[in-house]
Amino acid sequence: MQMAGNVHAWRLDAPLSPPQNGQLSPLPSNRTPERRNHDGTGRMDGEITPTLLQNTQSDVPVSGSHTSHAEIVTDAEVLVCVRGLTFRRGSHLIFDDLNLDIRSGSVTAILGQSGSGKTTLLKLITGQLRPDAGTITVAGEDVQQLDKAGLFRLRRRMGMLFQSGALLTDLTVFENVAYPLREHTDLSPSMLRKLVLLKLEAVGLRGARDLLPHELSGGMARRVALARAIALDPLLLLYDEPFTGQDPISMGMLMTLIRQLNDAAGLTSILVSHDVQETASIADLLYVISEGRIIAHGTPAEIAADPSEEVRQFMDGLPDGPMHFHYPAPALQDDLLRGTA
Amino acid sequence: MRLNALARLGCTGLDALERLGRAHLLFVRSVLGIGEILRRPRLLWAQIFNVGVLSLLIVGISGLFVGMVLGLQGYYVLAQFGAEQSLGVMVATSLVRELGPVVTALLVAGRAGSSLTAEIGLMKATEQLSALEMMAVDPVRRILTPRLFGGILAMPLLAAIFSAVGVLGGYFVGVGLLGVDDGAFWSQMQAKVDFEEDILNGLIKSLAFGVIVTWVALFQGYDSVPTAAGVSSATTRSVVHAALIVLGVDFVLTALMFGG
Repeated sequence: MQMAGNVHAWRLDAPLSPPQNGQLSPLPSNRTPERRNHDGTGRMDGEITPTLLQNTQSDVPVSGSHTSHAEIVTDAEVLVCVRGLTFRRGSHLIFDDLNLDIRSGSVTAILGQSGSGKTTLLKLITGQLRPDAGTITVAGEDVQQLDKAGLFRLRRRMGMLFQSGALLTDLTVFENVAYPLREHTDLSPSMLRKLVLLKLEAVGLRGARDLLPHELSGGMARRVALARAIALDPLLLLYDEPFTGQDPISMGMLMTLIRQLNDAAGLTSILVSHDVQETASIADLLYVISEGRIIAHGTPAEIAADPSEEVRQFMDGLPDGPMHFHYPAPALQDDLLRGTA
Repeated sequence: MRLNALARLGCTGLDALERLGRAHLLFVRSVLGIGEILRRPRLLWAQIFNVGVLSLLIVGISGLFVGMVLGLQGYYVLAQFGAEQSLGVMVATSLVRELGPVVTALLVAGRAGSSLTAEIGLMKATEQLSALEMMAVDPVRRILTPRLFGGILAMPLLAAIFSAVGVLGGYFVGVGLLGVDDGAFWSQMQAKVDFEEDILNGLIKSLAFGVIVTWVALFQGYDSVPTAAGVSSATTRSVVHAALIVLGVDFVLTALMFGG
């Protein structure tokens, strides 16, 4: 069996399938990445782990779920565990008793309409926001119980791709990718240079190392941000709306990168998006959220077959349905006849 | 109706107090981050360059003109009492005690303070501060602390340059144009300007103004609403608040130092 860690050319034109022999990334890593199959469990086709033999039923509740996927989830496989999450902004309830699990090694997508709290969920998982109730556990650590030093220690094992890229505008592409390495490691300049160039090679932008962020296109900026996010070889990579505003070519590149980085470097990925088709094509598991709760979860095939009205409206992009087009307002006639501007 | 007005007033008051509390907490966090600039002194040099060196031109030119105006106005007042030979003392004392620290602070608030607020505000709006947090880097220590200390250290240096150039401006007008005796201009200045009373007090003032201008600028940027309008409004507030606080604190410091 060809194991990961072998150094072969890693190409963007490789198919979006499980990595085959000779297609794994040459990503420089402190950890030895595990080879994973497409469902992200780390099992190879046909293999059955002892854990799976011992557990025949998931003990994970999923709030409001209309779908039950057949995958068996054990504690050892869960990297991110959200239980009873409630979060308010002022009087507006964003999440109401939300439960979800992110399996280790998988690409999990969280789908939902704009304003449904997807980015807020990422901020809660990374400890940038504190929930009103409930717990969020990442790699066995309760995020809410961590002090600042503990939170920063945990974040060194996470990478996040922001919607805007969030590159430091006064630093070159090279310096942006080198930034977390300079901050958290004592690598020699020559080793640091090699690592940065390899990270940039992985996203196809080694040649752009001397450019400043304002000289990059939107797609290039996100790829640089991705290189920076993987600089410290994180366990968990979070993507906030990675496809928004991208042309088809950039989108295709990002999709390929996300899937292949996850498989080749043995990451766990959480992808927040409202681009249904693109996300479904690279995710192992989908969660659909609406009005503060999960309305469905399962594999892309299971979600595609979900008959519930709410899920169908979102997945098929129907303008009318349980999710309203209009923001709550008094009757139009009353509004028009009352007062002046 | 009156209850609503009272509630709004109370709400505004509470908001203002909360903001003041956040500003103080941010200041304490920024000061406690001093270890970061001891570990990476180049961060401090870069900010002294940004706040100090890049403000040199505007401070130098302003100092020259203020000194020249002082020379003209001072000469006509002193000439009425036959004391025009004391022009050097008057120009130097006014600049070192008062105009140097205050005008420099106002100029730095307009040039560097607004720039700091806009920079921090835009870093917030473009998620750069969040990105730093996600890279396990404290943005207060990494971004705010070097700027705070850079501003505090640059202000007295700029005020000293303002005063020095101002004295030269007064000299050009008084000695060069109006015929005040060269020796009297310098010797009286040397005899009457006291190091502790005038120069040290001016230095203390400019240090205090450095804290105020930089702190206000950083807080306004860090606390800004992360939108174009939010950053714009924060930048305006930064200059207005810093100028008003500097003038108010100047009165208090002057009363304490020279009030009798």
